[in-house]
Amino acid sequence: MAIIPKKHEMPTQPADVRAHNFNEVALGYTPEIAVEEAKRCLNCKPRPCVEGCPVNVNIPDFISRVKEGDFEGAYQTIAATSALPAVCGRVCPQETQCEARCTLAKKFEPVAIGRLERFVADWHNARATERVQAPVSNGRRVAIVGSGPSGLTCAGDLAKKGYQVTVYEALHTAGGVLVYGIPEFRLPKSIVEREVETLRELGVDVELNVVIGKTLTVDELFEMGYEAVFIGSGAGLPNFMEIPGEAYKGVYSANEFLTRSNLMKAYLDHPTTPIMKGGKVAVVGGGNVAMDAARTALRLGAEKVYVVYRRSMDELPARAEEVEHAQEEGVEFRLLCNPVEILGYHNESDPRDPKNGFVTAIRCVKMELGEPDASGRRRPVAIPGSEFELDVDAVIIAIGTSPNPLIKSTTNGLDVNRKGGIVVNEDGLTSRANVYAGGDAVTGAATVISAMGAGKIAARAIDAALSSHK
Amino acid sequence: MYKIVTKKELNPTVVQMEIEAPLVARKAKPGQFIILRVDADGERIPLTVAGVNIEMGTVKIIFQVVGATTTLLSRKSAGESVCDFVGPLGEPTRTAGVKKVCIIGGGVGCAIALPVAEEFHRLGAEVTSIVGFRSKDLLILEDEFRAASDRLVVMTDDGSYARQGNVTVPLKEALEAGERYDMIITIGPLIMMKFVTLAAQPFGVPVTVSMNPIMIDGTGMCGGCRVTLVQNGRRVTKFTCVDGPDFNGYEIDFDEALSRGRMYCDFERRARDEACNLLKMA
Repeated sequence: MAIIPKKHEMPTQPADVRAHNFNEVALGYTPEIAVEEAKRCLNCKPRPCVEGCPVNVNIPDFISRVKEGDFEGAYQTIAATSALPAVCGRVCPQETQCEARCTLAKKFEPVAIGRLERFVADWHNARATERVQAPVSNGRRVAIVGSGPSGLTCAGDLAKKGYQVTVYEALHTAGGVLVYGIPEFRLPKSIVEREVETLRELGVDVELNVVIGKTLTVDELFEMGYEAVFIGSGAGLPNFMEIPGEAYKGVYSANEFLTRSNLMKAYLDHPTTPIMKGGKVAVVGGGNVAMDAARTALRLGAEKVYVVYRRSMDELPARAEEVEHAQEEGVEFRLLCNPVEILGYHNESDPRDPKNGFVTAIRCVKMELGEPDASGRRRPVAIPGSEFELDVDAVIIAIGTSPNPLIKSTTNGLDVNRKGGIVVNEDGLTSRANVYAGGDAVTGAATVISAMGAGKIAARAIDAALSSHK
Repeated sequence: MYKIVTKKELNPTVVQMEIEAPLVARKAKPGQFIILRVDADGERIPLTVAGVNIEMGTVKIIFQVVGATTTLLSRKSAGESVCDFVGPLGEPTRTAGVKKVCIIGGGVGCAIALPVAEEFHRLGAEVTSIVGFRSKDLLILEDEFRAASDRLVVMTDDGSYARQGNVTVPLKEALEAGERYDMIITIGPLIMMKFVTLAAQPFGVPVTVSMNPIMIDGTGMCGGCRVTLVQNGRRVTKFTCVDGPDFNGYEIDFDEALSRGRMYCDFERRARDEACNLLKMA
């Protein structure tokens, strides 16, 4: 049988429609398309895709089940190693992980592993009615700091082994970046809620509104009887560019803009939290967060959205599908451009003019690519005299985040590196006994799936350590 | 849910509540703040801790009814609850090495200044308190301040009670008369804190100001509460929620902070009017 060279397309909302609503962009495969796509898998012996997955999902096995029409069996295969299948099917950068290793990809497009995972998870979630059975407790308590992807994964794996797990979350909703960062149109909140609910059914206790490092310290958690602590507090602190004008009204960190829209629901019709809507918006940065911010601004009514990125399309770090979707929706990419100043309105004759202090433009310099830098990417170099201005009403800065220092500053003996990331060994163990860490708190801003991988490794190590000294 | 244990109106627009939050009560120190949401889908608002009762496990908050959320909160009765209550956030006011302090509060800011005055009083420092209000109707906590201070000066803008004038008048008099405070701590409207700082400048007395910018998460995540400090000629961005709320008054760019504070004026006015209309209909 001839190999179909391309992935089966996934139905999406038309670009001109979805650019004005917050409903999910991609609609997912139908069972028929899923089975056809699954047939593209060669089921090859070396299984390179599994190695490309940070949580080692048994990809060829689940795809075989899909091929047979056993979707629930496929789900169980994924769920055996991944705590959040419906999330990963949507937000993993498959093109640099499992799909990059796919044997088919040597000559054709790889199998659409991400789309199949998403289909299988949604199929299960739409039908599963029985509650998950909480395992018999082994009476040992573990505290998890943060309810993002690494914390939820670590909590789930430990709960399945019988540990009594408490997850402490600083915000009023569980999910971490999955709820405050990733927008509804890419990852519906109901999916995250469901994953958290599943953990509760497994017996995990989720305590909201507790800031570890403030409300309680890591040392107090041990005094309270927890035998191990996992820190998955994320990379919360937004970086600014340190250029003039960043304090003007209308300049947001991507974290603030997305939190206002997602967590605080400014995207709904009657929000209690304000956000700037409409006008022209420049988003600075080229990662997934920049794409999320740009597409959110568009949906909130912006007439024009620019993505300003200092390298070229080849270096743009965002997931390929998000870039494509953003382009289709009308986001304009201004590549090889670097902001040097943000300009604001000043009415010299009327200091009470309400427009005073609001953003009016962003001044950029054009860049060209020079020699490769430490990251292996060609270093952008400014072209002298090439400055130009883009008229905008808002600027959203999405150039990355740093690990949150709240825990480090209140935990004696917890080593961090130069960038503030918590130092861990290959098991996720920190410089403090029985304190583990993973995800962005260790690596700085990275992906959901790598955080999940870290949560998984730590859960295994915690189990091994606690089982060895009973 | 966090239960409102007591509620008391201190004046027609300022309300005091004690809210059950034992973990926060155990930790909170003067100068720190909490964030609350009145109900699900509500806005997160920061309020500075006005006191704690560790035995009761309660945290005291005092707020002025100015916007939609404070209007909704003011309509809650003792026995009812708020949806979320998290803290303590920010760094406590630094007290080390301060033997003689001048605490300057303005309006509802006095509610936050009081626990700071009480803390210095408890530590044995000499406390001068200067509190200012627009008029006699808005005066709060006079007896409490008197108990926590070696010297108390009350000012009203319109002269309807005590001395007429703003808080910088008695401060300047004291400084000119040769009073040398180790520290001036001022809490209240930005414009008042700016002028307190300017008044103290010629005398070289250190000034601590308590910033209260627009904020969302309170843990350093959003950066919305950023302020600019000018340190040795360099402009440095700091986050009020984790680096503050207390800052060196001489370093703060007040004009920028004043401008940023007005970012959502229109939205807030509309939201408050809507909240008021809803409550009228109810």
